[in-house]
Amino acid sequence: MEIIVNGDPLEVSEGITNIEELIQELRLEKKSLIVEHNQTILKKEKHKETAISEGDRLEIVHFVGGG
Amino acid sequence: MLQVGNDTFQSRLFLGTGKYPNYDIQKQAVDVSETEVLTFSVRRMNIFDPDQPNFLEKIDLKKYRFLPNTAGAKNAEEAVRIAKLADASGLCDMVKVEVIGCDKTLLPDPVETLKATETLLAEGFTVLPYTSDDVVLARKLEELGAHAIMPGASPIGSGQGIINPLNLQFIIEQASVPVIVDAGIGSPKDAAYAMELGADGVLLNTAVSGANDPVKMAEAMKLAVEAGRLGFEAGRIAKKEYAVASSPKEGISVGE
Repeated sequence: MEIIVNGDPLEVSEGITNIEELIQELRLEKKSLIVEHNQTILKKEKHKETAISEGDRLEIVHFVGGG
Repeated sequence: MLQVGNDTFQSRLFLGTGKYPNYDIQKQAVDVSETEVLTFSVRRMNIFDPDQPNFLEKIDLKKYRFLPNTAGAKNAEEAVRIAKLADASGLCDMVKVEVIGCDKTLLPDPVETLKATETLLAEGFTVLPYTSDDVVLARKLEELGAHAIMPGASPIGSGQGIINPLNLQFIIEQASVPVIVDAGIGSPKDAAYAMELGADGVLLNTAVSGANDPVKMAEAMKLAVEAGRLGFEAGRIAKKEYAVASSPKEGISVGE
């Protein structure tokens, strides 16, 4: 299945069904990150219950240095 | 003691986290600055590099309050979205509203800053808007309920110091919430000056991160903010046009 992450297409294996699994697949589970799923911002506790479907649009952001 | 919303801080220096030579120097600079508030930006992550270091991993998260900014937003809607993204991290409930209205000068868009502030206040955020040094705008932000006002000393990253001390003074005089001078500070002198004018705090970044020795400059800024604050509390002497001798005129045997 193909989804859009941070503006670019990403091919995701069929075993990945929710945001938490996707984060683990990307080995980002230890990172402080924030996910927006189809323009809905998710708290971390919602990652597991949020299903991923073909064509979904995700933004995965984090804190970087800034003033 | 500085109170912003429900938070109190011993340090009146807020420190930005951008553009340090490396994380080790940054960590040392943050330590010696004794700041309690660190600003951050929210950006897309490189999802293909799980080993990328992040400054958050270098510091004790419990020691600091995070003040994410909405830098990158060009209107209120984008600023609100960035603030909500930051909030979803669970690491912060404060936000620095920063809506840039001009790419060349990086000066804030007053109309969109007001709108974003109003929306985020309604959503329950502790809102610290970055604003120009416009006195009326500062008053309007306070009337909306902003928890602090953050007027710029001069354009972001310019290091030009306090260009319009009179406006800052007016903003400080009228405000009943903290005024934190944000942007444009170039040297310890500028930070001390802001505090002597009666500012409640100073937020700076490039002045430290871009210094030849950021760690030493972080300490200098800490001392400057403290010195300026003490000077303000002590109350400076009035300026006089002509000299007034410090030594007594009587009891001297020369020149008779």
